[in-house]
Amino acid sequence: MQARTLGARTMPTNEAVAPLLPGGALRSGVAYAAPGSLALAMLLLAGPSAAGAWCGVVGIPEFGAEAAAELGIALDRLVLVPAPAEHWLSVTAQLAEVLPVVLVRPPAAGASPGEVSRLASRLRQRDATLLVAGRWSGAEATLEVTGGSWSGIGAGWGYLSARELDVVVTAREVRSRHRLRIETGFRLGAPLPAAAPQPAPRLVAV
Amino acid sequence: MTERCIVVWCPDWPVRAAAAEADVDPAAPLALVEHGLVHACSAAARAAGVQRGLKVREAQSRCASLVVLPLVPAVDARRFEPVLAALETGIPTVQVVRPGLVVIRAAGPARFFGGEEAAAGEALNLLAEAGVPDARAGIADGPFTAEQAARSAHPIRIVPPDQGAAFLAPLPVSLLGMPQLAGLLARLGVRTLGALAALPEDSVRDRFGPEGAAAHRVAAGLDPRRMVARVVPADRDARQAFEPPLERIDQIAFALKRTAEAFLAALAADLLVCTALTVELTADDGGHHRRTWLHPRSFTPLDVIDRVRWQLEAAELGAAVVEVTLHPEAVDEAAHHEQGLWGGGPGERIHHALSRVQSLLGHEAVLTPTLAGGRLSADRTVLAPWGEQRPALRSPDAPWPGRLPGFVPTAVLGDRPRVVVQDPAGRDVVIDDRDVISGPPATFVTPGRLGTRVEAWAGPWPLEERWWDAASAMRLHRMQVTCADGSAWLLAHDASGWWAEARYD
Repeated sequence: MQARTLGARTMPTNEAVAPLLPGGALRSGVAYAAPGSLALAMLLLAGPSAAGAWCGVVGIPEFGAEAAAELGIALDRLVLVPAPAEHWLSVTAQLAEVLPVVLVRPPAAGASPGEVSRLASRLRQRDATLLVAGRWSGAEATLEVTGGSWSGIGAGWGYLSARELDVVVTAREVRSRHRLRIETGFRLGAPLPAAAPQPAPRLVAV
Repeated sequence: MTERCIVVWCPDWPVRAAAAEADVDPAAPLALVEHGLVHACSAAARAAGVQRGLKVREAQSRCASLVVLPLVPAVDARRFEPVLAALETGIPTVQVVRPGLVVIRAAGPARFFGGEEAAAGEALNLLAEAGVPDARAGIADGPFTAEQAARSAHPIRIVPPDQGAAFLAPLPVSLLGMPQLAGLLARLGVRTLGALAALPEDSVRDRFGPEGAAAHRVAAGLDPRRMVARVVPADRDARQAFEPPLERIDQIAFALKRTAEAFLAALAADLLVCTALTVELTADDGGHHRRTWLHPRSFTPLDVIDRVRWQLEAAELGAAVVEVTLHPEAVDEAAHHEQGLWGGGPGERIHHALSRVQSLLGHEAVLTPTLAGGRLSADRTVLAPWGEQRPALRSPDAPWPGRLPGFVPTAVLGDRPRVVVQDPAGRDVVIDDRDVISGPPATFVTPGRLGTRVEAWAGPWPLEERWWDAASAMRLHRMQVTCADGSAWLLAHDASGWWAEARYD
């Protein structure tokens, strides 16, 4: 389906994750998939939330609200629906009606293609952004964490103080690699494209 | 300017109420005790030498047959309520100073009954009919003077206008009810109210401050306090009885629809909306369930029915429901909750959508988080259902020694999943009483997954909470591990073994 408007509207985006996204910002009315890391999903949520948007989190009972607050998500505009069970899709659709950003983790069975496209048209109508902590067909971009490293900790000493995430972004068949550094207290380091094996996005035959 | 007041006094009211409550003859020697001292006593006890302020032992030695009862202020007030209601049938504007002492503004009743004495007589008649035959009345300028007149009345005493100061002059300063000031005045040689009133007002204010100045005015018969009639709040409860008792939730919800609408319509007629609601369920076997629900805006009939439905689901009543009572716990002016001309804006829409999700999944399914204090990851967040305020009991800003520095885990595992931690030789890692770890962790197994190699680890950090209370005491060790598959975990070890507290996802 084609978008109704030519100039896609963008949302305020956290500057740490903006370079990872196609167009350099979160677009409204589409879905993004971020399988593998809740921290990355929270970072995506943080930009709109800090700018005053209400956010919803569906189907993630272990969502750490304290970490979310450290990351820049405003807790007084955050709504959690931890266990929607089989109603997860209708709850997500209802929240997408009124909340600009909704983060959802689908159950293992996932959604059928028909349900995905119905939700996609709802998102387009409402200009809402869907973040999926898992795989999602028809996602604008998939930000997958393929690995990472921890620092500050050794054999019986220290504590976790910094983390580097290797993120592979797939957007419209274009795949690019990035490295994201998160430090204690979630002071975000600048993303390090130079450290990636392929600095420039490249076409990959799929 | 002082106004004419009628004070009606029921002598020994606390004793009378306590005797009726304990089913004791009020004519017997009785004493009410507070903090080991006699607070009030009956006429028979007073005749035997008991008086206020005595120790219980001393009072009992003076009167061997003394019945000692505890002072319960709530009983006084509760027993006085029907007496007050009887008084209000004849004289509508009364102010209760304390149970047993009532102030009536004299002007209205005096005109209606044809004189102050007739009005006071009518008040005493009403009290006698309500079961207080020995009440007394005093009429004077200002409530203080009238109270002193009532205490010396048989049964009515009238102090003529502008004669208050002369009436009060011989009375002791201790009647002012300010023990500190009265003690000081007595040591300065001022023993009567007349002597206090004779002092220059400016000097009294300079020496004793505003409290002394107020006492000076009262002693001079110029009591500035005005009588404020009590207002009985209207009963806004709505009750729905079911005959025969209903068992199914949808039946109850359907039957309650009209009651809920009428309940809110009655409030709306007074330009009020309900913002907090108490629902009380009564079961056939006498069981009760009571719960208060808050609303972020104001209740609509459907919201009320949803709350009743959720409460019925959670209540676990043993029998069918015979009655549901709706009680408005808090009301607000409707003007504060009106919708704007072009709808209620984004907040209203969000609230409606979240309420729909609550109707679908239950009240506790939609949560809003707030930060709280604590040492375990799970303690550091408090979740409240949408629409309710759950105040954080523990401040998140307090230092909380023992909480982990560094990264905050993004995934807090509430159900404490069991894990296995093994050292290089394949033995389970344990921590002894001296906080010493038995070996370096090398393999880490989570339920449902294969074991992974531990790359780095830190700890164990001991944590001991509330050791003084056996029921809630907690003693455990915590450890951070990072694994070869890139995951990082916060593990806890206590007497039951290892479990995962949180994951750095």
